[in-house]
Amino acid sequence: MVSRTTTRRALAALGVGGVAMAMTLAGCSAGGGASSTDGSVTLSYLVDNGEATVVVAEALAKAFEAENPDIKIDVQTRPQGSEGDNLVKTRLSTGEMDDVFAYNSGSLFQALSPDQTLVNLDDQEWVGKLDDNFVKTVSTDGGTYGVPMGQSMAGAVIYNKDIYSQLGLEIPTTWDEFISNSEAIKAAGVAAPIVQTYGDTWTSQLFVLGDFNNVLAEDPDWAEKYTDNKAKYVDEPAFAGFEHLQEVAEKGLLNEDFASATYNDGVSMVATGEGAQYPILTFAASQLMTSNPDAKDVVGTFPLPGPDADTNGLTVWMPGGVYIPKSTEGDKLDAAKKFLAWLATPESCDIQAESTAPQGPFVIEGCTLGDDVPAMISDMQPYFDDGKTNLALEFLSPIKGPALEQITVAVGSGITSAKDGAAQYDEDVKKQAQQLGLDGW
Amino acid sequence: MKSPYPTWFFLPAGVFYVTLFLVPTVASFWFSLTRWTLFDVEFIGIDNYVRFFQEPPLVQGFVNTFIYAFVTSGAKVVLGLLLGVLLSSQIIGRGFTRSVIFFPVLASTIGVGIMFKVLLDPFDGPVNAGLEALGIPGPGWWTDPATALLTVAMVDIWKGVGLATLIFIAGMVAIPQEYYEAAKVDGASSAKTFWNITLPLLQPATATVVLLSLIGGLRSFDLIWAITKGGPGFTSDVLASVVYKQYQAGFFGLSTAGNVVLFVVVAAIIFPLSWWLNRKGDES
Repeated sequence: MVSRTTTRRALAALGVGGVAMAMTLAGCSAGGGASSTDGSVTLSYLVDNGEATVVVAEALAKAFEAENPDIKIDVQTRPQGSEGDNLVKTRLSTGEMDDVFAYNSGSLFQALSPDQTLVNLDDQEWVGKLDDNFVKTVSTDGGTYGVPMGQSMAGAVIYNKDIYSQLGLEIPTTWDEFISNSEAIKAAGVAAPIVQTYGDTWTSQLFVLGDFNNVLAEDPDWAEKYTDNKAKYVDEPAFAGFEHLQEVAEKGLLNEDFASATYNDGVSMVATGEGAQYPILTFAASQLMTSNPDAKDVVGTFPLPGPDADTNGLTVWMPGGVYIPKSTEGDKLDAAKKFLAWLATPESCDIQAESTAPQGPFVIEGCTLGDDVPAMISDMQPYFDDGKTNLALEFLSPIKGPALEQITVAVGSGITSAKDGAAQYDEDVKKQAQQLGLDGW
Repeated sequence: MKSPYPTWFFLPAGVFYVTLFLVPTVASFWFSLTRWTLFDVEFIGIDNYVRFFQEPPLVQGFVNTFIYAFVTSGAKVVLGLLLGVLLSSQIIGRGFTRSVIFFPVLASTIGVGIMFKVLLDPFDGPVNAGLEALGIPGPGWWTDPATALLTVAMVDIWKGVGLATLIFIAGMVAIPQEYYEAAKVDGASSAKTFWNITLPLLQPATATVVLLSLIGGLRSFDLIWAITKGGPGFTSDVLASVVYKQYQAGFFGLSTAGNVVLFVVVAAIIFPLSWWLNRKGDES
């Protein structure tokens, strides 16, 4: 058994040889400095190259170094998106990973084969201080692997409060109310009722992914059934998301340039009142604070409404995590554990909240958001307080089909029907499940 | 035939060829038969190929690949030939026009893609703004499912026609002037000269342009990725972009299988075509 695994590893390593060669070169600068003679340790910390991410990482490194003079944190960056995902996988599989790295939680995290590649941290005392939902998203049956980085967020509708109050509209709690609000906005002719931005294809998925709270409201076991190949997107309740996408396009409720507008355009449209409602992730708060800080109190948030007003609630995304790969050993491992323990303190939360605009509540005990957060974020708090939240599907099931964004663009632009789109997605998901070697696919 | 060099002279080149070309090629055939996550490799036979042919966008990708390859290749031959004739005749500013037409070949494909994406933006782009000023409603170039693929093909033609022109000019220069002089003495019209002398004697150049642009078209990826990413939906997906998306999703075995399919498709078209074109060349 051992030898078989070794052969497989060797094969995998051989296959990625070309990439790995380049990685090794890059890795030299990253993992180079071993512990020096004076007992100080340098940890390399890999984060994605998003502007906000790097700012936070640098601020955290500086504060940590100030408290721990014998540990230095060297922040390294990698590309975002699937290119970055593949880079992380390649480095992990060849044992060339940085000493500490930040990465997604949930289904993307599961694809890293954590039991084989990461250091199990379930004996650390900070695990008890984390939100249970978060712990689930960075754990396997074999252990717990990460500490949260950033805040949770919601997949919801951001809307322009001025337009709502001008037209005397109420926050919708059912889909029908949402449509009648949108039609009222259309009739008033002041703004595009619903903003869609297919210039950045990922933004098209929100009608489907953000509707998951409503799916769970109708069938609490849906995620499990889905993982076991017993629930499908072509059937209700999950089909509703695709249907909604088709409906808003057919009724002409979208902004004129929906096919070419980008995510940044979408956020600005809601901020300036050019658009009224935009289903998106609430990390849009950081974009809002960058491009339209004046609209801080104008842009609010409400959940994507479903069939039933009583179960109206937010679909929540957990923050990403910070992990230690198995290749980190000895002094470095101790230092890395110390760093992670510090990341789970209120002090680290405060630094994170100061460095960029928060996108939602923290998932660490004792961490709070300031009073000065954008309305978009404070609007979410009541749903959290009343327990009207559910995790997004990608944290409850390891399966997410890679082509969802193209499929939702096609449905949302009227190229395919909701029925065909949902069927295509069920087919797409099969690949991922087979890749993960799940039973029943 | 006896080589003037001892065999071991070929060794350095041979080592490079084997490690950088043969080994990866053979390895990719092997990996296309596996489920490969970078952490584990599991042999699963031809499942990847079965899976790949069930891809929803694949059928459309196949059709699009052929449309794209034949449209771009055909246009490059026709336009390249016309420009070649024009630019090898005595016109004013010939050198300048030649450089202008060749210039896009030198530019980076991704750069060209991004530039055209901006120029052809349906709402803020200068092209549609210009059309609007003339009272013509501009089309949704790369956002309209009906035109997205052809828009990319058009940019590809703009970028690639310079190379085709260059090859045709080279071919024309190589035609001995005696033929034209003889034709003139016989009183042939310029159209007749073109059909009966230039065109047949350009056969090797035409074959080169057809093969090069067809291979390029079948494998095309960068321009499509820069402009539409296969969208909207799957309407401008080609084989190479489908393969790339599988790779992005982390389905390494599956995307390798897709690459093998692409390799086979290109080979199955190009080898017979090349044989046929060259045989025709030998006959004339």
